[in-house]
Amino acid sequence: MSSPAASLAAPRPSALLRAAGVVRDIASRPSGAIGLALVTMHVVLAFASPWVAPYDYKAISSALMLKGPSAAHWLGTDHLGRDVLSRTLLGGREALLVTAIATPIAVAWGGFLGILVGLVGGRLDDVLMRVVDAFLSLPKILFVLTAAVVFGTGAEVLVPTLGFFYGIPVIRIARAATHDVVARDFVTAARARGHPRLIIISRELIPNVRDALLVEGAMRWSWMLLTFSSLSFLGFGVSPPTPDWGLMISDARGFMAFAPWAVLAPVVALSSLIIGINLTADAFAKALGIDRAQKVPGT
Amino acid sequence: MIGLVLRRLLLGLTSVALVSIIIFAGVEALPGDACTAFLEREAEGKRLENCRADLGLDRPAVARFVGWVGGAVRGDFGVSADGQKSIAEIVGMRARNSLVLAATAAVIGIPLAVFLGVITALWRDRHVDICVSAVAIFAMTIPEFVSATLLILIFSVWLDWLPGVVLVSADVPVQDLLEEIVLPVIAVTMVLTAHILRMVRTSVIEVMASDYVQMARLKGVPYWQMVFRHVLPNALLPAINVIALTIAWLLGGLVVIEVVFNYPGLGRLMIDAISDRDLPVVQAIALILALVYVGVNLAADLLTMLANPRLRTMYTRRS
Repeated sequence: MSSPAASLAAPRPSALLRAAGVVRDIASRPSGAIGLALVTMHVVLAFASPWVAPYDYKAISSALMLKGPSAAHWLGTDHLGRDVLSRTLLGGREALLVTAIATPIAVAWGGFLGILVGLVGGRLDDVLMRVVDAFLSLPKILFVLTAAVVFGTGAEVLVPTLGFFYGIPVIRIARAATHDVVARDFVTAARARGHPRLIIISRELIPNVRDALLVEGAMRWSWMLLTFSSLSFLGFGVSPPTPDWGLMISDARGFMAFAPWAVLAPVVALSSLIIGINLTADAFAKALGIDRAQKVPGT
Repeated sequence: MIGLVLRRLLLGLTSVALVSIIIFAGVEALPGDACTAFLEREAEGKRLENCRADLGLDRPAVARFVGWVGGAVRGDFGVSADGQKSIAEIVGMRARNSLVLAATAAVIGIPLAVFLGVITALWRDRHVDICVSAVAIFAMTIPEFVSATLLILIFSVWLDWLPGVVLVSADVPVQDLLEEIVLPVIAVTMVLTAHILRMVRTSVIEVMASDYVQMARLKGVPYWQMVFRHVLPNALLPAINVIALTIAWLLGGLVVIEVVFNYPGLGRLMIDAISDRDLPVVQAIALILALVYVGVNLAADLLTMLANPRLRTMYTRRS
């Protein structure tokens, strides 16, 4: 005899177990395994690089300018005689730190607002979505650049700026995902029981929208990294001599004919991280059963 | 039908109106104005007041907003922060150059993307698909400045085939521009093609799995006739909107590509204007970019409505 109460009381797999299952699923797909390996490598290196880097990243030497790869300097030196390997190893830390903090911020506020208007609907929904559309009609780099010029380029400016502007498109995603859930019986039941909105959001909506938001967050992370590196490439990101891939590519570009290694090293590092995140995010979406095939870039 | 088009136009106008408010309010919220940027350290007391009176900055915000919008409608964006040139003059040529770059890339990229998208979908999971899709994923994930830099390194530095930077001034005739822009066009086309090709591929695969295509197959319709008559019209229609969104999204990427190639377009002007805190110019560029975005999407929606009999009636119920 199985009463409904018994089946309800059956232990649900813990969040940790479920996460482990998802990771295993990602790793079982070839592209997911490559992506996961790349991302793990970059994250580990970001933590370990201060101890791994063979040279001081800011040590300038006129004797070593634009030297090719050698036993002492595996990836050669740049136009100021700095060790390219050390700078490349350290060059992702700022980008990873800033985007790793800003992405959860973006998903959290955009997600909450999206769920709220998805539930409430009506006039608020109409007005807010028009504003979101208006924001989306301008390239994000315009906002971020302006903020960087006016308020400075430190992490304390970039984290809130990226977190804010990348949260805007999340509103749309969360709202659409909420619309799929709101019409279902358990939400109607919760409404009929007279639960306040915040309870409905936290108990009924968030658990059902969470997967879509997590996948969205993974994609946003790679776009945010892209914007961050573009920003430092344009000279509005980290300030020298802090090593950063975007800035390194921009610096070394002028000497590309004499020292292509100084450009190629950060290019490979940055590309491998972004491709890694994308592959992981795609496999993550498949593992959670979310179809992002029709996803349009940047929206 | 006409009511439907009018409604969509109204929606587009609402977006533009909202964007202009956001741009104006955003610039308003920033510390400092055109005068403090222009006068820099000398921005105090009498000089500041005089400058503000000259530029009309002492009027209330709403009056200035109305003035700005009124001017913009007539194509007059005021003068740049240093008060020397009219913004319409500076922006005009740059906008043309960006348009040349984007249009060339679109003319090459869109047909190429549709072709490759259909090919990869029809030969799904075969060698062609795997190769093309891998290149496409690479092209669309790595940052624009990375792919542009790699293109310069390969074709300009190593092979010495093409010029790596554009050295012409902003106001050369279009034919002179075209000779210089091969590499920038390739850089833009790569990203554009990759995005659209992925969408077309997905769309074709979806349609191939649909019931009516199954039906056509069972009826014994020849394969290519089925592809051209049943699959492509249905698969490519939704692609119009995706193409529009991709083009609009590309505006941001264009900014970076223009900087890498030193291309005298709107994007580079935007970066320069932001660095110089030339807010009137930034406002004007932002408004133009938003107009392009809204315009392209509007055109795509109208095109889709005209081409699809079902949407013509369906959309009447939605706003």
